[in-house]
Amino acid sequence: MRYEAPESLEGAVALLAGAKGEARVLAGGTDLLVQIRADVLDPELIVDIKRIPETRKVTEEKGGWRVGAAVTGAELKEHPRLKQVWPGVVEAANLIGSTQVQGRATLGGNLCNGSPAADSVPALIAAGAVASLAGPQGRRDLPVEDVMLGPRKLALTKGEIVVSFLLPPRPPRSSDAYLRFIPRTEMDIAVVGVGVSLSLDAGGTITAARVSLGAVAARVLLVAAAAQAIIGSRLDHAALERLEAAARAACRPIDDKRGTIEFRTDVAAVLARRVALIALDRARTH
Amino acid sequence: MAKHHIEATVNGDAVEFLCDTEETLLDVLRDTLNMTGSKEGCASGDCGACSVMLDGRLVCSCLVLGYEVGGRRIETIEGMATGDNLHPIQQKFLEHAALQCGICTPGFIVAGKALLERNPDPTDTEIRYWLAGNLCRCTGYDKIVTAVKDAAVAMRKG
Repeated sequence: MRYEAPESLEGAVALLAGAKGEARVLAGGTDLLVQIRADVLDPELIVDIKRIPETRKVTEEKGGWRVGAAVTGAELKEHPRLKQVWPGVVEAANLIGSTQVQGRATLGGNLCNGSPAADSVPALIAAGAVASLAGPQGRRDLPVEDVMLGPRKLALTKGEIVVSFLLPPRPPRSSDAYLRFIPRTEMDIAVVGVGVSLSLDAGGTITAARVSLGAVAARVLLVAAAAQAIIGSRLDHAALERLEAAARAACRPIDDKRGTIEFRTDVAAVLARRVALIALDRARTH
Repeated sequence: MAKHHIEATVNGDAVEFLCDTEETLLDVLRDTLNMTGSKEGCASGDCGACSVMLDGRLVCSCLVLGYEVGGRRIETIEGMATGDNLHPIQQKFLEHAALQCGICTPGFIVAGKALLERNPDPTDTEIRYWLAGNLCRCTGYDKIVTAVKDAAVAMRKG
């Protein structure tokens, strides 16, 4: 196994594009190094992207926020402004693993690990985050919901890496939230995860919304019908019923030791309701 | 493949070591630098027995490559006491008998110190969440939480 830590994006892309065998990007390493240790992966090349400045920054851009792919969960939590503007994204990132894991784990890694149960991904999708990619053909933008194709399968081409995420500008009275279900209070993998982002008009009616469900299908889902169910409402009883029905209808989960199909579908509906109410409450007081 | 030559700072001292690409920071600390205070419990980032500080950030040293730490600052359990004087957290773990077999203890102490540096007066809940990544299989969590809380009191008094 070869390890490289280039200081430029071009260097990282060239190394990955030129790799003969399997090549992997190393950000926080909290998934990659475990998989190598467990002999699930045996890459010929590891490219550490943490020395590339663009992957490590959080900056304001065009009224939104650009978050480097290798910024850690702990750094997101400590950022003075991000938590006010995107509380759902920050709380989702901070549900990944322990304090120790938070010191290393990154948004880019959580996405590119390719797990349908990744906690930060539904929050990023609900937020409308767009991934900025660099590859042998240059730069391109890809909405986060289009990055993952299925378990361990990404839409990235050979040599392409996720450099950063752009969280779009926030209108007034906007907020987001993320909840997951796990059978304990901490340190577990989502059985279901739900992210909701919404905006209100001055009268408190929802004018825009995005709803994303994790761990209920082969990839994290953006559920347009769930958003439509609440847009134009103030989250009255009928809107919440429609939201639950839309969330339920979108679920295509598996049965496994952590949850049955029936259980995951029920929990997705319950969480969608709760998360939407939290986001609404935050948007009202924001 | 030839070993890599790495220079880093460990507990304030400049160190140099040679490591293979696959070796973790924990392997380097224990097997090359002979600092065996950091323990290997799970080798997968679940148990926290290998907790160290990397550039002021609490991490599992089993999830860091030795090769990654060139030029960086590492603090381990070995750097905690000053000569014969134990750090207040170490002292409180002794006073409250907050350990049984002791394998998890260095990790708990390193993690507890990191908490108190950020939050000098944590609640029980804050302590339990912060230490959720440190597992004790003798199950002495109550005494551990008490020891961290009491250490916080001692450290606030100075």
